[in-house]
Amino acid sequence: MSDSSTPEMVTIEVDGQELQGPAGAMLIELTDKACIDIPRFCYHDKLTIAANCRMCLVEVEKVPKPLPACATPIMEGMKVFTKSDKARMAQKGTMEFLLVNHPLDCPICDQGGECELQDLALGYGRDISRFSENKRVVADKDIGPLVATDMTRCIHCTRCVRFSEEIAGIRELGATGRGENTEIGIYIEGSMQSELSGNIIDLCPVGALTSKPFRFTARAWELVQQPSIAPHDSVGSNILVHARGSQIMRVVPDRNESINEVWISDRDRFSYEGIGSDDRLTTPRIKTNGVWHDVEWQVALQAVADGLRTTSADQLAAITSPTSTLEELYLAQKLMRALGSSNIDHRLRLGDVRDQDSAPAFPGLGCSIADLESLDAALVIGSNIRKDQPILAHRLRKASNAGAELHFINPVDFDFVFSVANRLIIGPAGMVGATAAVAAALLEANGKSVPADIRNLCTASEVDQGAKAIAGSLQQAPRSMVFLGAIAESHPDYSVLRSLACTIASECGGQCGYLPQSANSVGACLAGAQPHRGVGASTVSDSGRGLAALVEGGMSGCVLLGVEPEADCDDPAHVIAALEDCGFVVSMHAFTTETLEQVADVMLPIAAFGETSGTFVNAEGTWQSFSGVVPPRGDARPAWKVLRVLGNVLDVEGFEYESSEQVRDELHRACEGVGTDTSQHGNCYTTALDVGLMRVADVPIYSTDALVRRSPALQKTGDAASFLARISHAQAAQLGLSDGESVSVVQGDARQVCTVVTDTRVPESTVWLSCGTAKAAMLGASIGPVSLEKGSGEGML
Amino acid sequence: MAEQSTSYTLSETARTEIDHWLAKFPAEQKRSAVIAALTVVQSEEGGSLTTPAMDAVAAYLDMPPIAVYEVGTFYSMFDLHPVGRHKISVCKNISCMLMGADDIVAHLQNKLAIKLGETSSDGRITLIQEEECLAACGGAPMMVVDGHYHENLTIESVDSIVDGLE
Repeated sequence: MSDSSTPEMVTIEVDGQELQGPAGAMLIELTDKACIDIPRFCYHDKLTIAANCRMCLVEVEKVPKPLPACATPIMEGMKVFTKSDKARMAQKGTMEFLLVNHPLDCPICDQGGECELQDLALGYGRDISRFSENKRVVADKDIGPLVATDMTRCIHCTRCVRFSEEIAGIRELGATGRGENTEIGIYIEGSMQSELSGNIIDLCPVGALTSKPFRFTARAWELVQQPSIAPHDSVGSNILVHARGSQIMRVVPDRNESINEVWISDRDRFSYEGIGSDDRLTTPRIKTNGVWHDVEWQVALQAVADGLRTTSADQLAAITSPTSTLEELYLAQKLMRALGSSNIDHRLRLGDVRDQDSAPAFPGLGCSIADLESLDAALVIGSNIRKDQPILAHRLRKASNAGAELHFINPVDFDFVFSVANRLIIGPAGMVGATAAVAAALLEANGKSVPADIRNLCTASEVDQGAKAIAGSLQQAPRSMVFLGAIAESHPDYSVLRSLACTIASECGGQCGYLPQSANSVGACLAGAQPHRGVGASTVSDSGRGLAALVEGGMSGCVLLGVEPEADCDDPAHVIAALEDCGFVVSMHAFTTETLEQVADVMLPIAAFGETSGTFVNAEGTWQSFSGVVPPRGDARPAWKVLRVLGNVLDVEGFEYESSEQVRDELHRACEGVGTDTSQHGNCYTTALDVGLMRVADVPIYSTDALVRRSPALQKTGDAASFLARISHAQAAQLGLSDGESVSVVQGDARQVCTVVTDTRVPESTVWLSCGTAKAAMLGASIGPVSLEKGSGEGML
Repeated sequence: MAEQSTSYTLSETARTEIDHWLAKFPAEQKRSAVIAALTVVQSEEGGSLTTPAMDAVAAYLDMPPIAVYEVGTFYSMFDLHPVGRHKISVCKNISCMLMGADDIVAHLQNKLAIKLGETSSDGRITLIQEEECLAACGGAPMMVVDGHYHENLTIESVDSIVDGLE
C-alpha cells in the first residue's frame, strides 16, 4: 500500500449495514472494526493472510461460492451476508471438518476455558460427531523449556509458523509432511531460539501450544487479571498479570500499539516465576556477631535509623537498582539528600563517568518507540539489541524490512534477526577508532575539516572503508539515528564514544539516542538517583560520589536498594570488597543472596514485581504507573512505604505520603520541562583504554536482574549465561589454544579457570566472556585487559 | 549461529549440478532450485535424504533449514529413511486402479514378501508407500521404476521388469 496518497474509499454492505473502507482492505478488517462477528482461526491482524482455516467463509451477493472474509478485498457495492443460511452452512461445515481430527477432550486440555476452537464449536459445531473413523494422533515435540506442545490438537492455522518467519525473524517452525500427515514443528530435536517465542502461545487458537511453566496449574476462570508494566528492559511492555489468590500464575501481553503492539519478550512473560523463589526474603533480619536473626520491623527500622544517623554524611551512600520504581528511587535519594549525602547512584554498569555533567537530562531513545520503524538509517554502537531490548529490535526489524539501512559497531558479531548493511566488528579499543572513523568520514563528506581530537582517534585503519559506507548511508538517509547500547555504556571510553556519536548524529542531521538497559534507567535519572544531579536531573551544588568513586574511596554506611552486588554491577568483585569494608550496610531487597548475607548488617524485605504499586519511565519517556496485583510475601512491604517510614523514624521532613501516587505526582511536578531531548553533546576525546588482549562482556538476556535470574524456565533456555572464553580461531592459534581447552583467565588480580571456545563472531585481540555467572563476577569489569594462560588448576605455568 | 556443525558437505559434482539448476532462476530466488537440489543429493546418497544433507542444501541455497525439511517431507519422491537399490512406485489413482493396479500391488507384495513402504530383505527393492496419479493414464496400469515409466503393465511384464533389477 502506498502511503503517499490516501486510498480511494469503497462502500459495501454487510448484513444490511453500510460500511466504508479503503480500497484493497480485506472484508474482515472492516467487519472487525464494525464489531460484526465473523469466526476465524488463521487470520491475525499482525500476520500475513493465509486463508487456510476457511472458518471465516461468508456469502457475497452474485458470487456462487462462499468466500473467506480474511482474503476477500472489498469492492464497491459489494453485498455481504455473514449470517445467511449459506454462510452459516459453510462455517458449520468448516467446523465439522476441523473437529474431524481434533480431540474432544477439553476437560484435560490446558487451553480449556480460553480456547478459540472450544468457543466457536459452541456456536458452529454439531452436538454429535458424524465422523466415526479413527482420529489421527501426532507425537508431541519438545521445542524447549517455554512452550509445551500437544500437536494432536493442532488445526494447522499456521499462525505460529507465520509468526516465526514474519515477526520473530527466525523461520524455525514449519509444516512438514502433507495432507493428513501434515505436522507443525521444528522437525529436528532442539529448542526454539527466538526471544519472542512465547507469543506463539497466545497466537495458537487451540491447545497445541501452551505455556510450559503455567501448564496445568490453573484454569482461566480462576484467574484475576490486572494490567501492569514489564519490569525488565526499557520498553515497558504493557502486560496483563493473571493471579489466583495471592499468587501470580502467569503474564500475558496487553495491546499497546505505541509501545509493544501485541507482543512481549519471553523475559517479560516468564520472569514472574522468580517471585516465589526459595531465597525470597520474607522477614526483616539483623546480623549480630555474624549470625542472622529475624526481627520485628520496628526493631529493624530503628537499627537502620541508628546506623544511618551515626554515619557521617560524606561516608554515607545509597546504591540503587535501575529496576526500582520511580517512587522508590525518588524517596531513596530524598532521604539521602536530607541526611546530607549526595552519594547516590543507579548507574551500576556505567564504565566511564568523565563527561557525566554534559550527559542529557533525559538519556532515552531520542525518538518514540514507534518512530524506530520509520527510520531510513541507523548506526548502533555497542549493543546486542536483539537480546537486550527484543521489542526495540523488532521495531528496527520492521524498519529494515521497509528498506532502512542498519549499521553496527560492535565488539562481537552478534546474531540479529534483521539484515545489517554494514558491521564494523572490532575489539573494545578499536570501537573508539571505528566510531571516530565514521565521524571523520561524515565530517569530510560534509566538506568540514576533521578536528585533531577526532583525527587522533582514527587508529583502526582497517575499518576505513566500512566507516565511509556507514557515513554515506547516514548522510543520505532522510531520517537517521545513532544509538549507544549497553556495551557502549560499560565501555571505559563511554564518554569518548558518546562524544563521537553526538558528532555523527549532528553531522548526519539525526539525533543521538540511548538504549537504556533497565525498566527504569531513565526514570532513575529523573528521580535524582545520581550523585551529580538532583530531581528532574537538575544540577546540584553539592555533587556526590558515584558508584566508581564510592568503590575507590570507600564508605562507612550504605543502603542497597534492590541491588545484588555480585550480579548487578559491572565490576562486582570490587563493589563487594568496598561493601565488606563498609561499616554498616542495609540491604532492601526482595531476595537474599550469599553475598548480601556476607556484606549486609540489616536486611529489609521489600515487595517484588507485582506486589507493589509504582511507575516506570520507559526509553521514549512515557510514564507508566501500575498497581500491585498480589500482596507482598510474608512480612515484606512495598519499598516506597519502607522508605517513607524510615524518613519518619529519622525525623526527616516531607515524608508524610499516603500513597505512591502522591510521591509520583510530587516528582512529576518537579520534572515538568525536562522533555525528551537527548541531543546534548559530549566533549571528551581522550581514551582511557590500552591496546592488547581485551575482555568484552555482554549481560546475557536472562541475567539482567534479580527476577529473571530466578526464573527456572528461562534459565533452562539456550540464552542462559555460560562461563566460556570465546576467541577467534586466529587468536586461538596465536595463543596456542584449541577449542574446548581449559585455561586460566586472568583479569587484574583475579584468576578463574575457564573453557576456551573458538567463535567466528569474535574479532582479534578480544576475549568474549559474558557476565551473569558467579565465576565471571569475580573477574572484574566487563571491558578490560585480560590474559589467557595455558593449563588450569594448581601448578600452572 | 556460532558454527553450524554440518557433518555433511555437498560433493563437487552435486554443487556443479545444483549450480546448473540455479542458473535457471533469478539470483535472489535461489530457493527455486530446492527440489532439483534435493533430487541431486538424494541420488548421490543412495536414494534417501538425511537431515544433515538437507541442512547442507539449506546452507547452499541460503534457505532456513525448516523450509527445506518442509519440501523434503512433502514430496513422495523424497525418502527420509534408507531405501533399497531400486524404488518402485505403482500408481494407484483412478485410471490405474480401474485397470488393475491393486492386483499389481498385491502381486509385488507377494513376490517380494514386503508391504508398501518396506524394503526387501536383500536390500534390492523398496516399494514406495503411496503414489497418486503420475500422469500416464493412457498407459494404465503403470509404475515408475527408478524414474523410468513402465506402462500397460501385466503380471508377466511386472515380473520381467522386477527380475531384471539387480
